[in-house]
Amino acid sequence: MSGRGLSVFAVLAVLGGILSGCGGEEFSEADKATIASLSLASLPAVPTDPSNRYADDAAAAAFGATLFFEQRMSRDGDVSCATCHLIDRQFQDDLPRAKAVGLNNRRTMPLAGVAYSPWQFWDGRRDSLWSQALTPLEEPVEHAGTRAGYAHVIAQHFADRYARIFGPLPDLSGVPERAGPRGTPEEAAAWQKLDAGKRREIDQVFANLGKAMGAFVRSIELPETRFDRFAAALAAGERPEGDAALSPDEIAGLRLFIGKANCATCHNGPRFTDDGFHNTGVPVVDGLPEDLGRQSGVLQVAEDPFNCEGAFSDAGPDDCGEFRFRVREGPHLVRAYKTPSLRGAAARPPYMHSGQFATLDAVVDHYATAPAAPAGQSELHPLTLSERERKQLIAFLGTISE
Amino acid sequence: MKFKWLYLIGLAALLALGSYFLSDMGMKPKPELDLSRSRASENGVYVVAVAPEAEPIKLGELHSWIVTVQTPDGMAVEDASFEVDGGMPDHNHGLPTSPKVTENLGDGRYRLEGVKFSMTGWWELSFDISAAPGSDSVTFNMVL
Ligand code: HEC
Ligand code: HEC
Ligand SMILES: [Cu+2]
Repeated sequence: MSGRGLSVFAVLAVLGGILSGCGGEEFSEADKATIASLSLASLPAVPTDPSNRYADDAAAAAFGATLFFEQRMSRDGDVSCATCHLIDRQFQDDLPRAKAVGLNNRRTMPLAGVAYSPWQFWDGRRDSLWSQALTPLEEPVEHAGTRAGYAHVIAQHFADRYARIFGPLPDLSGVPERAGPRGTPEEAAAWQKLDAGKRREIDQVFANLGKAMGAFVRSIELPETRFDRFAAALAAGERPEGDAALSPDEIAGLRLFIGKANCATCHNGPRFTDDGFHNTGVPVVDGLPEDLGRQSGVLQVAEDPFNCEGAFSDAGPDDCGEFRFRVREGPHLVRAYKTPSLRGAAARPPYMHSGQFATLDAVVDHYATAPAAPAGQSELHPLTLSERERKQLIAFLGTISE
Repeated sequence: MKFKWLYLIGLAALLALGSYFLSDMGMKPKPELDLSRSRASENGVYVVAVAPEAEPIKLGELHSWIVTVQTPDGMAVEDASFEVDGGMPDHNHGLPTSPKVTENLGDGRYRLEGVKFSMTGWWELSFDISAAPGSDSVTFNMVL
């Protein structure tokens, strides 16, 4: 090689190194610590749920699993939780907006690891898995049933199983087949006609069903991924090989993710989420009613009779910290949504709270341009990402999805 | 010709420098940040000290701090009331929780509960304090 050829080579090598984000083997100690913090090995045990005394009761969880897949748990006997949360699809449905009795305004969320999250739903309008489970059961576009109706279903088909866990069912003679405060005007009127003691008994049955389902959903774990094996090898000072190896592009994507692209600020920890709410300027979907995200979610959780401080909660006075110290108001709540875990995300488009983006390319474009939010203020800063870097970021997301 | 290659190498060096600074942007504490945990309030009415009840602070976990309020001449300030606020100035967001002073421990010491830091980086924690000597505010910087 001539001298000039050599220097061309040297320059290209330097440039190549820079452009690929120095995709080599060397990570700084700080990077290694960040990588370890993202790995499943850093995931602590599932936090306890003091508001649900059945949370870790195996019989309750098994009963909850039965109810989760039970279509009789719906107005017309044709919807179960699994209608939208498909077991072989990471417990979601691949749709931009969920569909059951009607079309939902939001996208179905995957369920692995949700027990770690202090808030449930995109807007965190519920503060436990058991109070969450009660919500779709009475949602007109989801299960569309009523709590009195569910008590009857249990009495008819599951009375013994229920009784073994929660004690005997209340007497339901004289309770109409359909009655509930969130139902149709007729169903709500029928509910109001019941005396307060009966309503209370049915509410307790309803809460117990939620607690069983919460115990089941709580047990859904995040699977190990290639990235976790890579991180384990790195932590052990070994060379990641075979099913632990990442390609140079994937490594470059990881560097971008924890470095200049700032993704790991919000998508941090072993679940790739800070469990917080952020306005990231995701566009509104034409034709949907106004959606203010956390701004309305935080009001709804306070009104929920099944919240951590409510009459059906098993929590003691000091157990409801997240609820007690929730941010109640402020400009940051407008169109702020829960940071989703990115584990498995590459394998389950579309993305965002109403399925606004069909592909990861569209997601990364959004983060690069950081458009102004439709309401409130986006927290994002625009990013300068080359075509190659966009591909690398997406390649990295693949390593936490397989 | 030779000149051109030198130029290219220079460019490469510049790019390398640029990417170094870019990759560090927003990741490291600003050099001028005052990280002290004891300081005078803005108008000098109080000297305020903060300390977490347990260290190290764990990301994403609710925890408590002890806030100590004194006058500049070292007298404990009793029966103070507090408004707590904060957030991450670089990230355009507030605190993930709304911490509150829940207990007056005496001797100018107060327990602040419900603090949570949900990500690494520069956080501000500020207090509006009202007590007999007057109203004043103070802001602490934390880097996690
Ligand atoms: C019609 C489809 C549908 C049905 C049926 C359904 N879900 Fe969902 N699920 C969704 C959607 C959509 C969201 C997000 C809704 C929102 O944020 O407003 C969601 C959110 C959740 C979440 C919150 C996850 C998180 O990370 O915050 C949990 C847990 C959950 N569902 C469990 C259940 C259970 C248990 C049932 C049965 C009782 C159920 N779902 C029935 C569509 C459905
Ligand atoms: C300011 C916090 C924040 C930062 C920084 C951030 N995200 Fe997000 N991310 C979110 C929130 C919040 C959502 C959900 C927004 C919504 O639905 O409105 C989200 C959604 C996503 C989704 C869709 C997941 C799903 O299930 O719908 C992907 C993929 C994603 N982010 C990747 C990234 C990447 C890659 C980066 C870095 C370029 C990044 N995020 C930076 C907060 C953040
Ligand atoms: Cu931040």
